[in-house]
Amino acid sequence: MAADPPIEVRGLVKRYGEIVAVDGVDLTVQAGDVYGYLGPNGAGKTTSLRMMLGLIRPTAGNVRLFGRDPLLGVRALEGVAGFVEAPQFYPYLSGRRNLDLLAAYDGHGASGRIDQALATVELSDRAGDRVGGYSHGMRQRLGIAGALLRAPKLLLLDEPATGLDPAGMRDMRVLIRRLADEGMTVLLSSHLLPEVEELCNKVAIVRSGKIVYEGAIADLKRGAGATYRLATTDDERALAVCRAQRGLADIRIDHGYICFAADGTTAAELSQALVEAGALITMLAPETVTLENLFFSLTEGDTGGRSDGALETVPR
Amino acid sequence: MSPGTLTVYRWELRKLRYQKRTYLGLGLAVAVPIIFVTAISFRHGGPHDVAFGDYIDRSGLAVPLVILLFGAIWMFPLIAALVAGDIVASEDHNGTLKTILTRSLDRGQVFGGKALAAATYAVIAILLDGAVAIVAGCLKSGFNPLQSLSGTLVSAPKGLELVIVSLLVYLIPILAIVCIGLLLSTVTHNSAAAVVGTLMFSLLLQLIAILPGLGGLQPYLLSTQFNAWQGFLRTPTDWEPIIRAAWVCALYGLPALGAAYLVFLRRDVAGG
Repeated sequence: MAADPPIEVRGLVKRYGEIVAVDGVDLTVQAGDVYGYLGPNGAGKTTSLRMMLGLIRPTAGNVRLFGRDPLLGVRALEGVAGFVEAPQFYPYLSGRRNLDLLAAYDGHGASGRIDQALATVELSDRAGDRVGGYSHGMRQRLGIAGALLRAPKLLLLDEPATGLDPAGMRDMRVLIRRLADEGMTVLLSSHLLPEVEELCNKVAIVRSGKIVYEGAIADLKRGAGATYRLATTDDERALAVCRAQRGLADIRIDHGYICFAADGTTAAELSQALVEAGALITMLAPETVTLENLFFSLTEGDTGGRSDGALETVPR
Repeated sequence: MSPGTLTVYRWELRKLRYQKRTYLGLGLAVAVPIIFVTAISFRHGGPHDVAFGDYIDRSGLAVPLVILLFGAIWMFPLIAALVAGDIVASEDHNGTLKTILTRSLDRGQVFGGKALAAATYAVIAILLDGAVAIVAGCLKSGFNPLQSLSGTLVSAPKGLELVIVSLLVYLIPILAIVCIGLLLSTVTHNSAAAVVGTLMFSLLLQLIAILPGLGGLQPYLLSTQFNAWQGFLRTPTDWEPIIRAAWVCALYGLPALGAAYLVFLRRDVAGG
């Protein structure tokens, strides 16, 4: 019999009165996945994660962590660690004291992992300081250290890079990459597209509490088809040729370029037809399909596009 | 070793050591007897309108008993509420409930540890107050025989014994206050609201006790149970108020504790 997957979520719903925060989410995270849970702010990501960790009760549906229901007791959290929203600690205790407390609450030799966890997140030097004086980034790193005390097989991280400066974001990604390379399964909730694209092999895109895509990022891109940009010596004639050419779709003018969707062979055949029609090609370039493009196409109508700033693309 | 309720209890006590409110309550418990004894040193005789008020110049053992009478109005309920009202709500305030509830402890264990710590704090505060009052009172008026409420004179060692058991009986209504503080702390998620709410509840019961026409309720009010210890200061011992305090306080405290436990077990941890 196959082992139970680290996370299996079926029909998960959370309602707050009239508001449906999570609306029938299904997802499966397999061992070894670095799974991106991607959506704009307010899409229900954090609520989903809280239900996965047993912090809130679903209105309907269920969660299984390695086959166990987190609502039935903390045994379901064995081998599971992580945080939702910003990790929080006792501000009047030092970083190390906070980890001492968490290790005591973990048992099973967790206190022996404190030094290693502090070293991993590069907080050893500041471990004696009160957490009340920590920066946001230091608290995020202490949150990871707290998670590592449990020697987890599954790590759930909710927006771990939020509020970090570019260097902090880069360090966080390097850390997550390293943990994933060591064999940890990671569920990474994020609204940062480059983060998910760089780190994750699978993604679930969530919009208004619903999953609109779940699968491998590579499949998502492949399924989207390629788009091309075309410039010629005679665009009017070229446009007519494009419209007559079989296999082209979504033909439009964008910023003075003719844009269309097609596979590689059709694009090659088009170039020959254009030359024969006397419209000489000055540029024919495939457009890179980014997760960002796909994301907006999948969540269109939800956030009003990128203009609301809810979903960010941050330079790497 | 697997963590459990005692793990939480130990850490809750350790956390209390780092918080200012802990010392506020304990400071009050220590300062009040000292201020009281200092004040009566400058004038002859104690407060005449309360039991034992007339004896504080004759025996230091009367001092803790007078403070028990005064403290029941708001001081001891406030001290008990300071920690009981905060111990769950502060986790909401700091956003740390999600931090500790995603470890290897069940919610019931976390709640149990917190309830024990809040009770321990209240017990320590009362006993500390009593110890300071005994020492300060005896320094001022001497370790002398004490006149009981029945008018008989009891020896100083016997009087000390009666003061100690009175302090212990006083803990019964205090623990009921702790339970109410825990309930408000769990339900309101707000430390100030829970502390003030607990104190208001205590004051409200005292108000009911003096309202005309409601005198029949008095034996069953929580505030009345703060006087149960006086049964020990009668000859022979009057057990009736002491026994009543035990079950009346249980009727106030246990449902509050049970409700707090169930709410804590089932509540959504959505903030922080």
